[in-house]
Amino acid sequence: MSELSIIEAIRAALVEEMERDPRVMILGMDVGRLGGVFRVTKGLAARFGEQRVADTPLAEASIVGAALGLAIGGMKPVAEIQFLGFTQQAFHQIGPQLARYRFRSRGRYPAHVTIRAPYGGGVRTPEFHADAIESLFVQTPGLKIVAPAFPDDAKGLLLQAIRDPDPVLYLEPQRLYRRIRGPVPNGDHPIPFGVSRMVRQGTDLILIAWSAAVHLCLEAAEALARKGASVAVLDLRTLNPLDVDGLVAAVRDCGKALVVHEAPLTGGFGAEIVATLQEEAYGDLDAPILRVGSRDTPYPPGALEDHFLPTVARVVAAAWATLEY
Amino acid sequence: MIEDVRRPGQPAEIRLLDYDGSLLGAAPMGVEKARQAMRLMLLSRATDERFIKLQRMGRVGIYGPVHGQEASVIGSAMALSPARDWMVPASREHLAMHLHGLPLATLYAAYLGRIDHTAVPAGVRLLPRQQAIGAQLPHATGLAWALKLQRLPGAVMVYFGEGAASEGDFHEAANLAGVIGAPLVMVLINNQYAISTPAHRQSAAPNLAARAIGYGFPGVLVDGNDLFAVHAAATEAVERAVAGQGPTLIECRTYRMGFHNTSDNPREYRADSEVEDAAERDPIDRLRLWLTGEGAWSPQVEAEMVAQVTTEIDAAIAEVNTQARPGAEAIFNHVYAELPSRIEQQRRDTVALNEDG
Repeated sequence: MSELSIIEAIRAALVEEMERDPRVMILGMDVGRLGGVFRVTKGLAARFGEQRVADTPLAEASIVGAALGLAIGGMKPVAEIQFLGFTQQAFHQIGPQLARYRFRSRGRYPAHVTIRAPYGGGVRTPEFHADAIESLFVQTPGLKIVAPAFPDDAKGLLLQAIRDPDPVLYLEPQRLYRRIRGPVPNGDHPIPFGVSRMVRQGTDLILIAWSAAVHLCLEAAEALARKGASVAVLDLRTLNPLDVDGLVAAVRDCGKALVVHEAPLTGGFGAEIVATLQEEAYGDLDAPILRVGSRDTPYPPGALEDHFLPTVARVVAAAWATLEY
Repeated sequence: MIEDVRRPGQPAEIRLLDYDGSLLGAAPMGVEKARQAMRLMLLSRATDERFIKLQRMGRVGIYGPVHGQEASVIGSAMALSPARDWMVPASREHLAMHLHGLPLATLYAAYLGRIDHTAVPAGVRLLPRQQAIGAQLPHATGLAWALKLQRLPGAVMVYFGEGAASEGDFHEAANLAGVIGAPLVMVLINNQYAISTPAHRQSAAPNLAARAIGYGFPGVLVDGNDLFAVHAAATEAVERAVAGQGPTLIECRTYRMGFHNTSDNPREYRADSEVEDAAERDPIDRLRLWLTGEGAWSPQVEAEMVAQVTTEIDAAIAEVNTQARPGAEAIFNHVYAELPSRIEQQRRDTVALNEDG
């Protein structure tokens, strides 16, 4: 067991996979000598060479498109898009190309590609650097979506992502990169997709979240505990595949649930979770499932982001409304 | 201070075989290879005729003919070594795909709706057809990059049109290819029309080949109806790529004689006289004149060859007709390596509905 930050955990997974498999390579903007704008790949170019840790031109569509071509040619590329918001400039290469290539080629060319992208608010970034647009990719059959919230999951899910023969969008919570440290098992421990994780036990209400919002939920649960409520927190860890059984089991235990995410409320992945639970667990519900998301506005300048993002206070208020229903 | 770099006519359009079948330079292939090219061009045109007919009979959804572009498609593809090189098609290079190893029946299966019979066979270094204009270009760059990284021999040839050259993917793919020195041959088949939009509405530049300068590699403009010019340029570009000298852009200037596809009516946007003029530059006519001059062609030879390709087409379509029509479950095949449980349930539901019905 080592105590690692999320950045260190991601780097550890990259190093281990590159050592294990010579076909694994990294490409992206500034990933080489600089080690990426967050230094996730720091030291990797020196260790593995600039051929395997390759700086690319500033052009997101060709980073993703070339990663697909590299995979067809026998490599296992891990493409870094500097911020998830900039995947919009590669959007047509992700859904219609990367995610469909196995299908289009009738299995001849699986798209063995991982896209890493940091995202999420709370760090006062310029425009587009924080946008939580993961639900745009949920309507993309063929693409797996992974969103860890803890260092051990960050490493284990990235190991799995790099080995997974399907394309994976791996979302990194930039707010937590260095803020939290946690135990990470040494050695090879990939974490299977589609298995959620109960990160706090409770009996009255369950908060459902992924990525940085999990920590918001943990804070809210703590505040609610001080007022006598026993609140659980479920970390989905992967949006696709979705752990439907885990969700249903968790709600069955509590009877009440609340979904929290950083994406704008309307059409966010929370809507999918609520719809799934009312289809699969209606009889176990003792209250409507509320959602707490960001406001349905463009991401505002950093100085205003606290008015936009979900806060502990908003989660606590929605939780009380649910508990008192 | 500001220098006008739009030198009209630069680069000059290369032609080796003139309209009357006379040579303007050294022929890049002998008589036997030219006869093979002729056979493929005739097969291409006969495929067009057959599939337009099948579409009119309601047996094919939609078909885009190659008519007029055969020298560009076949002259370039003949420069590749299928066992070594890769081909990345757009969507109007049917016979290039066949020449590179795709069985005719597999090619036709796509038009006849046999989804699971369209896969490129193992070992054939060919990507599937691409319907998103220009999206294949970054894939080709990445594939060429993979060859270079693994020190594998070979070149990647990617096809696209002048419409695709307006897409951002063209710029990104060409730029990246230049930076990494990818073994890439970019074959731009300028057929003058993207559906109804003429080439001069795609770009104000006098040609598109000169764009290569901006990416740091050579570009060449060839008469795309001249099999010899296309083949000579493509052969040199493949040799450059294989020798580690990086990418080449080849603009093949040709003319789309037919409609964009069977849903299109070109009379709504171009004059018949323009098409008649273009017919004077027909690539098959030109090669036929040369072969005849070499004593290697006659109406009888052509009639035999046309009968031969017709038999080939009949056999391929007959083979497709023996293939099972795709069932409901086909939509779930190859979406993931393994279906997630939720989608597996959808598959079972879909199959059950189909059986009940």
